[in-house]
Amino acid sequence: MPPPMKQCEYSQITTQSSSPMESPKKKKIPRKKWEVFPGRNKFHCDGRLMMARQTGVFYLTLVLIVVTSGLFFAFDCPFLAVTITPVIPAIAGILFFFVMGTLLRTSFSDPGVLPRATQDEAADLERQIDIANGSGSGGGYRPPPRTKEVIINGQTVKLKYCFTCKIFRPPRASHCSLCDNCVERFDHHCPWVGNCVGKRNYRFFYMFILSLSFLTVFIFAFVITHVILRSQKTGFLNALKDSPASVLEAVVCFFSVWSILGLSGFHTYLISSNQTTNEDIKGSWSNKRSKDNYNPYSYGNIFTNCCAALCGPLPPSLIDRRGVIQSDTPQSVAAPNGITTYGATQSQSNMAAATPLLQSESSPTNEEPHLPGKMTISSPCATLTLGQPTPPPSTSNLATETILTDTMPLKEACEGHHFLTPEEAPSPPGMLTPGTPLNHSHTMHVLNAVTQDSMHEDSVRGLVKLSSV
Amino acid sequence: MLNSLLYVLVLAPGVFLLGYGLTGILNLVILCQTHCLQDLRQNTALASKVFIQRDYSSGTVCQFQTKFPSELETRIDRQQFEETIRVLNNLYAEAEKVGGQSYVEGCLACLTAYTIFLCMETHYEKVLKKIAKYIQEQNEKMYAPRGLIIVDPIERGLRVIEISIYEDRSFNSAR
Repeated sequence: MPPPMKQCEYSQITTQSSSPMESPKKKKIPRKKWEVFPGRNKFHCDGRLMMARQTGVFYLTLVLIVVTSGLFFAFDCPFLAVTITPVIPAIAGILFFFVMGTLLRTSFSDPGVLPRATQDEAADLERQIDIANGSGSGGGYRPPPRTKEVIINGQTVKLKYCFTCKIFRPPRASHCSLCDNCVERFDHHCPWVGNCVGKRNYRFFYMFILSLSFLTVFIFAFVITHVILRSQKTGFLNALKDSPASVLEAVVCFFSVWSILGLSGFHTYLISSNQTTNEDIKGSWSNKRSKDNYNPYSYGNIFTNCCAALCGPLPPSLIDRRGVIQSDTPQSVAAPNGITTYGATQSQSNMAAATPLLQSESSPTNEEPHLPGKMTISSPCATLTLGQPTPPPSTSNLATETILTDTMPLKEACEGHHFLTPEEAPSPPGMLTPGTPLNHSHTMHVLNAVTQDSMHEDSVRGLVKLSSV
Repeated sequence: MLNSLLYVLVLAPGVFLLGYGLTGILNLVILCQTHCLQDLRQNTALASKVFIQRDYSSGTVCQFQTKFPSELETRIDRQQFEETIRVLNNLYAEAEKVGGQSYVEGCLACLTAYTIFLCMETHYEKVLKKIAKYIQEQNEKMYAPRGLIIVDPIERGLRVIEISIYEDRSFNSAR
């Protein structure tokens, strides 16, 4: 009994004494989970809103819609309301609000990001993969791409292992290289909307493009009507002079209509056959691959597919953005040499299983090395029918992952230090970047695996006092 | 009249004391349970974790594998474990069911521009709460007494069911 307690006290003292040394740094301590989210996303309003990193095109979309609609309301509506009927501005207004609502909802919501595996899970998976491969992997060369095969509804589906997120991707999930997240039922990354389109926001995206196509057609039609009616009275050129805005609106709408209508049609087809853009482009379920290739996810009839996609249950977000960091999500496997691996060193998950598992620190605030956007971003959503920004072909996916893997060992090494600290010498806790009060709290609040009730927290605290050997 | 007054005077405090005693005992029992649990925890250490992976054979719906992991063989009965997983799978299937209620909810939400979710909980969230309660109950009744703790899969992004195995250290720390 006494030695562990002594040890605990010792480490407590050191953390306390070292904190005055650390405090002059005054680094902001992340309190909410979104602040340490490992993907490349931007969060606003204290984690309530979530977007991709590049949002320039999204602002362009906003500006186009707002300005065009604004001009319509300002210049065309008064004339139309008087000449034809005031219902026209009313309908336009409703459409405009619907478009804005669905756009904002698509852009700001979590598309269905899969949280990355905790260290324990990753180690466990590694162990299982090694058993399956027969420990021939590892060593000097990069281990072969890991896949698992599953039979869904009679079709063989390959589940790929994601090296970044360290999980086997569920079927239909894909890793977005722009946002650096695995997204469930990944459709595509839309720069116009500034976010990925996945399971949770696909219906909003579809509603957005549908309502936008109605709005565009509506505005275009009534701008033309307006100009025609005016030119009947005052001649064509005078009509144009009287409402110059109409010309601008007509031009914008004319060019948008083709792309937006096309996109709506394409997505209507996708919804009715229950496919994602990703699958359609790869031709995963097309008959051309093999005679008996069919979509295992389709419900059989168009109506059910549409209902399921648009009116099905809305799953909640799996990433707890606004949760408070409980001094850490249970992540680190305090394996003696502290490096959880894939690639170079063999995982010592066996030892991990034997030693008491310890939390060393808060969720690693890794600065993910900024991937130079290898995957093409520029092709806009509108031309998505043929080319898309995300890496649909599996080869390019692997390429991204290779890049990530190469930069991983660097990160792992840094993390290795973190893991070593509490083990070997409690003295240099300064290694841990998030700041010292966390050190102090972690010796007390370690192992908060289940934060379901305070009773458990207390018992866990008690547990830690013993296990902080 | 005096008799009845006497009865009241004697019985009332008696009843009061009895009630107090009962609640006291009840509290003691609960305290003992939690304290015992804490004692148990204080005498145990986390030995390892077992992860129950997802079962994708029926598609993308959330289902977990019912295969009994070998590490739990000494700890818990196979039937009980499979029953727990089966109930969880059924609950998740209920959450994701595409049926009448979800259609109504979806259409209503669409009509109100999804603002209805500001005041109302989605069906999925309601079922998740049920699941959390079920897991807690199972932990208290069946798993914790055997040195196991089930972590709610939602805390792991619905990827795995994490079961922590605690080892009794009371003999090791004999001093």
